Amino acid sequence: MTLTTKEEGEHTYKAHPARIVAMKNLTEDTRYFKIKFLDENIVEEDYKPGQFAIMSLPGVGEAVFSISSPPTRTDFIEFGIRKVGSFTEALFNLNVGDIVYLRGPYGDGFDMESLKGRDLIIVSGGLGAVPLRSVLLYVEDRREEFDQVFFLNGARSPSDMLYKEDFIAMAQRDIIESHLSVDKDDTGEWPYNEGVVTTLFPKVVDRVVSEKTTAIICGPPIMYKFVIQELLKLNIPKDQILMTLERRMKCGQGHCGHCAIGGRYTCLEGPVFTYYDVQHIKELI
Amino acid sequence: MKTYKMSKERFPEFIELVKTKGQLYGPVKGNGKYSFEEIKNYEDLDFDYQRTVMGPKKFLTPPKYPTLRFIKSGQADVFVSDEPQIVMGVHPCDIHAINILDRLFLGNIKDPYYEKRRNNLIIIGHSCFPDENCVCTSTGTDIVEDGFDLFFTELTGYYLVWVGSDKGLSIAIEAEEILTEEIGEEEIQEYVKWQQKRSNMFKSEIPSFKYLADIIHLNYDSKVWEQFGDKCLSCGTCSLVCPTCNCFNVEDRIDMNAEGGVRERILDSCTLPYYSMVAGDHDFRPDRTSRLKLYYTHKLKEYIGRWGTPGCVGCGRCVTYCPVDINVLSVSEALFEEVCELPEACDL
Repeated sequence: MTLTTKEEGEHTYKAHPARIVAMKNLTEDTRYFKIKFLDENIVEEDYKPGQFAIMSLPGVGEAVFSISSPPTRTDFIEFGIRKVGSFTEALFNLNVGDIVYLRGPYGDGFDMESLKGRDLIIVSGGLGAVPLRSVLLYVEDRREEFDQVFFLNGARSPSDMLYKEDFIAMAQRDIIESHLSVDKDDTGEWPYNEGVVTTLFPKVVDRVVSEKTTAIICGPPIMYKFVIQELLKLNIPKDQILMTLERRMKCGQGHCGHCAIGGRYTCLEGPVFTYYDVQHIKELI
Repeated sequence: MKTYKMSKERFPEFIELVKTKGQLYGPVKGNGKYSFEEIKNYEDLDFDYQRTVMGPKKFLTPPKYPTLRFIKSGQADVFVSDEPQIVMGVHPCDIHAINILDRLFLGNIKDPYYEKRRNNLIIIGHSCFPDENCVCTSTGTDIVEDGFDLFFTELTGYYLVWVGSDKGLSIAIEAEEILTEEIGEEEIQEYVKWQQKRSNMFKSEIPSFKYLADIIHLNYDSKVWEQFGDKCLSCGTCSLVCPTCNCFNVEDRIDMNAEGGVRERILDSCTLPYYSMVAGDHDFRPDRTSRLKLYYTHKLKEYIGRWGTPGCVGCGRCVTYCPVDINVLSVSEALFEEVCELPEACDL
């Protein structure tokens, strides 16, 4: 695997220079970055949705970001990044053409191969759309590998919805049955559902076949609670509810200790966990 | 395991020989405390000690070291030089600690910085006598069978020298003038007596150490954690002195002339604030209690689940240095008391 080519003698901390080839504001504080490695031998295809990369800016430091593009689309790698700290502050000051350094991918992502033939319910809220966008585009590109696929996405308001144009286009393409919702429509022009993301469930529940459905969810902590309630009502097994979690990480390879939850290192055994794990591993969420 | 005998009188010659192999470090007394320091003169070495402030981890995962150097036009890795380092006078507990660090840093994913230092480190162990803070008999780390290159057991007027690796053997072969393989009944008898004498000197014991993982599990919601959390100063001393604590932070530092800088690894501690804080200031462990619980649960319970043995080697450093008496002994005693009357614990 590797996003980064691993040549003879090259070690696991080796970060490769990559160029920002495009960027665009997704919301007021969240920006889309499209990045391409300078080394043409690096192929951006050998990773799983849900995995993450560690980006560094010399003099600023390193930070962990979910990969937002799918491994089915090569030649670039995409991120959706919210400005929340000193690293992202510096990153947002860069321009198209500037260089960042990337290493990875790390973590155990969503095993899409093992989901072949299954139904998927993909539920995202807020920033949770970033890692799940990788899943969604993967599914669109390999739609024949899956049976029914539903996508439910929530945001606070139309201006807070990440990838809004992309998701609207996705709903129109209808390769994946997509339902979008905003908690509150402050524009008066929102053409879709209004209400928290769980209010989208009635649109799909009649068609959910619990034995063959895997749910993939990512969003703010409060969302998990209510979405999981809905999924359990649909009799989806706890080990078929997959979620991706966040922890502080410094190394990405189980050495620095920061992401430890009990005896697990989120960077190695996560960030994807099941609801069964969450119930049985203390402190997971 | 090959064993030699060496007269104490020849020891200075041995030191001279070892010094030709690389930079020599050993226990040195200063300000009433011991630490592993560079040995310039033979007289500086002082093997009559219980514990150094910091274990030999400082040779393998130093408290602070650069991993990357960057300038405006690019960046390059920083590795230590290839010159071997020799550390003498390492006690069995600290050798076990190195074995524990090895399985973390040299497991499936090898840490390149650790690996390089480890390959260049020659470890020469030394026998010891315990004080009241040593609990290595509880942790089963009072003797060593591997993890060293040579190991010296000090008896009357001579040493028994155990060879633990090829590197150790090649030093022994080079030192054949000062070593002898002739070890008779007398020496063996003295060694057995020495062992018995040492065993009888241990004063402290961790209660039910064998079952500590279960005891911690039963105590997950215990008020004991809060009691210790209230006392904890979040100073991080426990992690600094613990020979198996290896958590690190990564920070970039810019040169004064702003032309470049370094990326550094800095020893971190899960008892320090912000250890689990993510961007956006969400802190998964904002209080001292939850951080202290992580420290002891990870070291004493989760290590067992992952590797079969705990991350404590009974060196007694936390017992000696925690300013508010939170240590492997006091924590495990309190946890044991909490559950010792529970029916689940009686089954242990």
